[in-house]
Amino acid sequence: MSDADEGWEDENPERLYVITGGRSGSSGKSASLDLVTLIVSKNSPKPGMQPEHATIMRLCHSPLSVAELSAYMRLPVSVLTVLLGDLLTDSRVVARAPVPPAQLPDRALIEAVIHGLQKL
Amino acid sequence: MDFKSSETLVEHPAEGPRTEDELPDSAAAAVKVVIVGGFGVGKTTLVGSVSEIRPLTTEETMTQAGVGVDDTIGVERKTSTTVAMDFGRISLNDELVLYLFGTPGQQRFWFLWNGLFDGALGAVVLIDTRRLEVSFDVIGRLEERGVPFVVAVNSFPDAPVHPVEEVRAALDLPADVPIVDCDARLRPSSRDVLMTLMRYLHSLAVA
Repeated sequence: MSDADEGWEDENPERLYVITGGRSGSSGKSASLDLVTLIVSKNSPKPGMQPEHATIMRLCHSPLSVAELSAYMRLPVSVLTVLLGDLLTDSRVVARAPVPPAQLPDRALIEAVIHGLQKL
Repeated sequence: MDFKSSETLVEHPAEGPRTEDELPDSAAAAVKVVIVGGFGVGKTTLVGSVSEIRPLTTEETMTQAGVGVDDTIGVERKTSTTVAMDFGRISLNDELVLYLFGTPGQQRFWFLWNGLFDGALGAVVLIDTRRLEVSFDVIGRLEERGVPFVVAVNSFPDAPVHPVEEVRAALDLPADVPIVDCDARLRPSSRDVLMTLMRYLHSLAVA
């Protein structure tokens, strides 16, 4: 599908398992994370943190979506959301939620998107 | 910033966005649009032609659906069924960011759709008139989920040219669903596809 496929096929499951401590990402704070939730660090990483946590905090000194973090860190979204759940629980990062889904999109929101696209 | 002490523990230190690709701190919320279509139809090309960043790749796994904690069997299965998704980004203004995700249309990839379509504004079904089969399933599935979509016909040099209404009939599309021709390699053309989707969404919101 893309060049990046190859890299992930090399990924070993044990490494991912260790990174999350065997947890899956379907509960708690991580449950509300969307691919386009923007993550921002509240401060700099502390020495002694799990390296992946520290990397997230370093990358998120400016807002980054969950999808971008996943891409830059080369971690599956499901693994990343577990790590983000830890950092959210410890109030080390903040999550800026996506525009709430509605049955029908809000007119003002669509107009903002149209206006933005017109500038492209 | 100096984080060498922790970085040395990371096998492959993750490189973040280039400075010019960083979002301003004022970025408050994001919206997403999904580009769906078969392999080789031009999803990544379309994303890349309008994206302000070089398209990135993320992956999703099947285990998000519900493998329990401490389930090592699930972890094995997780990495055996990963699939990559390319995506791009457009900053619409200082506060609002649009993400575009390309996702394969084949049924075996539908497990991706839950996290992807939840909260999405809508979808673009990108089609190649030489291979319409994939599109039938995709369109049916989008209608089932209630995801508003438009159809974009990517022009390939050796593809037969079909008038829009022929494509509409072939796909059995409702009259109100817009169909547009496009050249996914060109930014103005890809932007017009997104504009068509937005105007359609606007009309739905007004109705």
